[in-house]
Parts: sequence; structure tokens; C-alpha cells
Amino acid sequence: MSKIYDVVVIGAGPAGFSAGLYAGRAGMSALIIEKAKYGGQIVQTAEIENYPGSLEEESGPTLIDRMSSQVAKFGAEKELDTVEDVELNGDIKIIKCQKDTYRAKSVIIAAGARPVPVGCQGEREFVGKGVSYCATCDGAFFEDFEVFVVGGGDAAVEEAIYLTKFARKVTVIHRRDQLRAAKSIQEKAFANDRIEFMWDSVVKELKGDGLLESMVVENVKTKVQREIVADEEDGTFGVFVFIGLKPQSEVFCGKIEMENGYIKTDENMRTNVPGVFAAGDIRDKALRQVVTAVADGAIAAACADKYIEEQK
Amino acid sequence: MIILDKTTFEGEVLKGEGAILVDFFGNGCVPCEALMPQVEALAERYGDKIKFCKLNTTKARRVAIGQKVMGLPAIVMYKDGEKQEELIKEDATAQAIEEMIKIYI
Repeated sequence: MSKIYDVVVIGAGPAGFSAGLYAGRAGMSALIIEKAKYGGQIVQTAEIENYPGSLEEESGPTLIDRMSSQVAKFGAEKELDTVEDVELNGDIKIIKCQKDTYRAKSVIIAAGARPVPVGCQGEREFVGKGVSYCATCDGAFFEDFEVFVVGGGDAAVEEAIYLTKFARKVTVIHRRDQLRAAKSIQEKAFANDRIEFMWDSVVKELKGDGLLESMVVENVKTKVQREIVADEEDGTFGVFVFIGLKPQSEVFCGKIEMENGYIKTDENMRTNVPGVFAAGDIRDKALRQVVTAVADGAIAAACADKYIEEQK
Repeated sequence: MIILDKTTFEGEVLKGEGAILVDFFGNGCVPCEALMPQVEALAERYGDKIKFCKLNTTKARRVAIGQKVMGLPAIVMYKDGEKQEELIKEDATAQAIEEMIKIYI
């Protein structure tokens, strides 16, 4: 008979780590399952300014490093595995993964979200060949080249500023005529010499031979399209997409109450299934930040603990 | 795993013989860091049948671009100097890499 954990946490981003920390500290046997990289989305961020208590020059990796050590101290286990199916009803929840199957009295779903693609023709073809969703991973390739950033929120503007470290010119392509980003970030961007703005525009097509070489953009108001071709000397340019996130909840479809793929919970992170909780970006919520994710994780762990006690 | 740089890439990979797997990574690429130990484990397992190499693209940007690699991580399989297949970013999971390796053993 394999081990039955008090709680299995799906996802090792800030929400999952926080849940593991609080569960471990409460003496619960906890397992955090992660499919790709510990730390989740935030590890791709070069600079974190607004996480309360963050240090000078805090980055996603530095913050997660500390969280990870902290969690380990309190005994939560970690496992790299990918969830393929779940059985959430009943007293013992079953999490079937690629490598193994895990059993637990309670589950905290903290599987987070992933980038939304533009969805235009050619995009898939050029991922890693001009198109990217990770500025810290791929910015360096475009040193002295030109790059475009698609989006108008915090992420898009922050990453555009980050990319000016490498690219000689960064053009922000946004479908509206004003940014959604926080005012302080907007001001930084407007003050940056290397950043330009293409308003009311969307990317319609990406083209090239092997590497990205040109793209078609359309003005959403006038419907006029124009082609942007890479500088002859460069031969290519970068397109970094930061237009939003979609919840990684496919595997839970039909098993738990959701809205637009986001898992619905009450204030105590409880889903409609007893013993199943959700935390972090995957939840239906107003603000998706590290600070709200870690809060969710802590609440979920505390409530999972209470739930297990009540089952005895 | 053989550590390549911009001067040794051509000799080891493009002029190499047989199946050669190259792990393209870079400084500050956290997904690359996360993937590395998994590739090293595969190198332990299959290193006698396939040559495993890694290249830090931060110091070899032109080489990477020349290989049409502009996104990390990228795991590329070469055979007799020719690129055969590649797994990029989310597609580059330990499982997918192993399946690719099995084709070239």
C-alpha cells in the first residue's frame, strides 16, 4: 500500500510552496508535485519590486530560492512529475501522474497559469526562432537587434524595459491606445529612450525562413495592415508576447467547479469538492500576484488541516 | 557531457559523426537550469550510444543563431553534422527528450 499523504499540493509555484510550508509546519505529511520547474511563472522574472519584503534587486529566482529552502526545512516533500488524471471524490484522493500515482486525504490545486499566445498564423512555427514568452530566457539573443513586445499590461511593459538591456530598440505593440500597466511602470517606459509604442495594433501574421523575418500588423481602428520586415543587417527580430495568462486546469475539467477554466473557491480556498482546495493563479480571483498566491497557499493548507481533523 | 564553446562547436558537432545531442542553454534561463540535471541523467544512461554536449549560448550567440536557435531551452539532435530534430521550450521535457534519443540509438 503506497503512502497516503495528508495533503498533496499540485504545482510548486509560490502558492504551492506556501501551502507546503504551512502544511509542513502544521505537522502534516505533504507532497508538492511539479511538472516542469520549481518556482512556477515567477522564476522568469528578472526583477521583483512589489512583493512586500522583497530585497533590493530581487528576482524571481532569488525569491523562489529562499522559499524553496524554507519549505524544505519544514518537511514537505517535492517530486517532479506530471499529473495526468485525478480522482477527487471520496476520502482518499488519487493523483495519477506520469511516473507514479499518489494518494492523499486532501488536495491543494496550485497549478497556476501559462502564457496566452497571440494566436496568429506562424506563431507556433517561430517559437524559439524569434517568438518568445520569456524575456529572461531569450532576451540575450537579441542584443543590438530590434524586438517587439506584444501587450499593454504590467508584464508587457516591465519586460519591454528589461529588454532594453539587450535590444537597440523595443517597440510595444498594444491593441488599445493606452497601457493597462501600473502608472509607475508606464512612466519608466515612457522615459526610456529605446522604447517606442505602436498603438491600436495587433499582430496578424509572422513569417520567415527558419528564423522570424517579417510580420504583418493591423490597426484595429482603421483595419489597415502593414508589413514589418527585419533590418537587412540583422536578418531577424524578436517578438515577445505578454498578453495574459490561461489557467492550467485542463486535467480538472468536469471534476471541479470552474469559470473560464479558473477554479472557483470560497474565501477559505475550498472548492465544491470536499477536501479539495485551490490556491494561486489558477483560482477565479481579482489579483494574480505572488503575494496573493502565497496567501492562498497558507489559507488552503490551514483549511486542509482543519478538514482532515474533522474527518477523524 | 561535453562542454562546447563557440570555437569547438563546429569541430565537435557539425564535423562530428553519428548521433549528437546538444543542450543549448544560457545565463539567466531558469527553465534551462531546471532541465539540465534531467539531460545529464539521460547522458549517464545513453552516453555510450550518443554523444551528449552542451553549449552556453550567452557566450556563443552567433553560433546559436547560426543553428536557428533563438529560444531556450533547445535540445537539438544532430546526425553526422546535420540537424535532425529539436525540442524547444515547453516541448523539451525529459520524457520527450528520451523518446527522441531512442530514435537515434
